[in-house]
Amino acid sequence: MKWIASALFAALLLLLPLYAGDFYINLASQILIAAIFALSLNLLVGFGGMTSLGHASYLGVAAYISALLASRYGYGHGAAAIVSIMGTIAIAAFFGTIALRATGLGFLMITLALSQVLWGLAYRMSDVTNGDNGIAGLTRPAPFGISLDSAAAFYWVALIVASFSFLMMAIFVSSSFGSSLKGVRDQSRRMAALGFNPWMIRWITFVYAGFWGGIAGLLYVYYNKYIHPTSLSTTSSAEALLSVIAGGSGTLGGPVVGATLVLLLKNYASAYIERWNMLLGLVFLFIVLVMPTGIVPGLSKLAARFRKGPP
Amino acid sequence: MTQPASNYALEIIDLNKAFGGLRVTQSISLTIRQGERRLIIGPNGAGKTTLFNQISGDMRPNSGQIKLFGRDVTTMAPYQRAHLGLSRTYQIITLFTGDTLEHNVTLGLLGLLPSRWQMWRPLSFYRDLATEARRTLDTVGLLHLADHPVSEIAYGEKRRVELAMALAQKPRVLLLDEPLAGLSNTERSTVKSLIASISRETTVVMIEHDMDTALDLAETVTLLNYGRVIVDGERDAVIADERTREVYLGN
Repeated sequence: MKWIASALFAALLLLLPLYAGDFYINLASQILIAAIFALSLNLLVGFGGMTSLGHASYLGVAAYISALLASRYGYGHGAAAIVSIMGTIAIAAFFGTIALRATGLGFLMITLALSQVLWGLAYRMSDVTNGDNGIAGLTRPAPFGISLDSAAAFYWVALIVASFSFLMMAIFVSSSFGSSLKGVRDQSRRMAALGFNPWMIRWITFVYAGFWGGIAGLLYVYYNKYIHPTSLSTTSSAEALLSVIAGGSGTLGGPVVGATLVLLLKNYASAYIERWNMLLGLVFLFIVLVMPTGIVPGLSKLAARFRKGPP
Repeated sequence: MTQPASNYALEIIDLNKAFGGLRVTQSISLTIRQGERRLIIGPNGAGKTTLFNQISGDMRPNSGQIKLFGRDVTTMAPYQRAHLGLSRTYQIITLFTGDTLEHNVTLGLLGLLPSRWQMWRPLSFYRDLATEARRTLDTVGLLHLADHPVSEIAYGEKRRVELAMALAQKPRVLLLDEPLAGLSNTERSTVKSLIASISRETTVVMIEHDMDTALDLAETVTLLNYGRVIVDGERDAVIADERTREVYLGN
């Protein structure tokens, strides 16, 4: 039953371009990108207990480096992608070293401050980043000569990348290292006494999450063919954090559901209400009140109660 | 000239620690031989757990030295000491409550293995780790609960999981912080025989208030009070000592 349902869902996703129009295909691509991004943040927030308000840094840095190399320095897409991922990893390694001097609220504030620095640079260093105008006129790569300019072609690539990311992160959290990470989240002192190095475990996770944030950033810039400092902003980080918490942090499905919800609201509600952020806030408030642990854990608890029958 | 391997498992040299004006460890010096069974006693607030915290590395002393098998570990992080063979249990139970007993003990095993860094292979694929964890749980009599989460088991059973996690690591020095606290009489005798059965390869240092049980397990006793060593020596000599009566057993 469960197996059939997931096969049906997979087919639905895979065949989406055959039954949906371009608007919906593009929306689905955006959801996939946001899902990868939220999943990467969830490694920190949900599995590592490190609440970051600066995760947009990695999406933005990857997107900016790739955009700059391709548009200004004439790099091919392949080389630009590799350099931008390396750059993102380096930034994450550096930021992680600084932010992990603290935990909890201190950690959150440092990640926020660091991402604000990058955002400020993107805005002010206009001779490099083109400031508030952003970098326009970018192209999408054409892997193996296949053009990704059509909505459907891009969607399928995004689907492949997102599925792969999901799989890799699922393996990561169930691995020995993932168990160490969850252990450090729950009982850091005990873990140290057992021979684990809590700092190193957190730092490696921070860098790994930054890496997947960078992958999301590449897809983001390919999709939009444009990059603007807002992608580095706190709003962008907060949106991802909201997706994680609303969907259910520390679960694999949660960030995907949360990212879907945020993007649907953004796309539909913004057509009717100018201040769609307010609506997002209300929805978020509702979720937190009704299902404090998020949609996915909330629904599965509900389903379990349903199966058991009324008490 | 090479340095001879130390006969001592643990050497503490002139250790001092103060929290503000409160001196919780005052020039403590102790030596514990390999394989020894040492009991540390003293009234509440004598600085017993603080001493353990400094030995395990959770806390840095203000001055003094701690040596493990002749090696200076004073500035080492807790995880580094664990890799030198030091293991401990906590007075306040510190387990992974949402996880199964098997997973808890598996973490104990994993902590000393290089595979703890493995990111590409699910932990459940390491069948040998699970088997070993279950064997350890069997020795503490909890095999039947291996698949239950810690949050579901009774207090006395949690104490034994604490012990199982430490024992799984096959430590060379084991620090037990009140392993009998809050146990019923039957549980006490179970844990007592468990501690008595620990191999002589392991040096055991134990803090315990239950004198009836703990004195049977000890060969040597150290009495602490106000952060100082009051009496230190063979068990019977310490019990017979005038000062012990005064501080602890007396009135």
